[in-house]
Amino acid sequence: MTESIKHKTQRPGTMRLVDALQYRLPLAGWVSILHRASGALMFVLLPFIIWMFDTSLSTEISHSQFVALFLGGIGWLPGWLFKLVALSLIWAYLHHFIAGVRHLWMDATHAVSLEFGRASAVATLALSGTLTLLLGAKLFI
Amino acid sequence: MAQNYGSRRIVVGAHYGLRDWLSQRVTAALMALFTFVLLAQILFGGELDYDRWAAIFSKQWMRVLTFSVIVALAVHAWVGVRDILMDYVHGVVLRLCLQGVTLVWLVGCAGWAIQVLWRL
Repeated sequence: MTESIKHKTQRPGTMRLVDALQYRLPLAGWVSILHRASGALMFVLLPFIIWMFDTSLSTEISHSQFVALFLGGIGWLPGWLFKLVALSLIWAYLHHFIAGVRHLWMDATHAVSLEFGRASAVATLALSGTLTLLLGAKLFI
Repeated sequence: MAQNYGSRRIVVGAHYGLRDWLSQRVTAALMALFTFVLLAQILFGGELDYDRWAAIFSKQWMRVLTFSVIVALAVHAWVGVRDILMDYVHGVVLRLCLQGVTLVWLVGCAGWAIQVLWRL
């Protein structure tokens, strides 16, 4: 407790990763941090994305291997695990895309009011969440 | 304002600012365009089997567009990841090392993706 008070008196200072966890974030803040997290996730999983691009496209044989990975898995890794990774990428892309369009819209129209920030944050989370659920259903069912 | 030059200069990565901000947005717009172009081809034209999927990327204009998207993605991700590193990693040595790793990672991935694209 004293530690956190001491910490607060030192504000403002350089931002650290733990600082992001000490606020009760408004929804626009969640959109922002998830924009970052989704970008980082896609960055880390780039080799998997290119592997999917490669095997699904190169030959008909590699394409069937691509399909088999998601249906039957590979070795002791089950197929649903890869579907889950793919779904996380789908969410990351959707969220990053929609949050990015929100940014571009704000840049272009100078829409920087509190109301617009909150309403567009709700829309971003709702739209990316809904589309992820729909595509997840298509992927798993 | 503390001294921010010479040996006390705060290293944040070379020449950032408007150019990076702008390049991130221009590349984002290109990738958004690509998304809609690809999506339109996937959604319209019947069931998506291997032949139809391969046919999408066999067109020369689609390959050229995909090529520029791969380059755009590398630039976009470089600006974004470097922003993350500048915010959270404050040790100069560690940050420069991670930025180096990021560059190698992105250039490597871009090279791989381009190779996949042009041998189709």
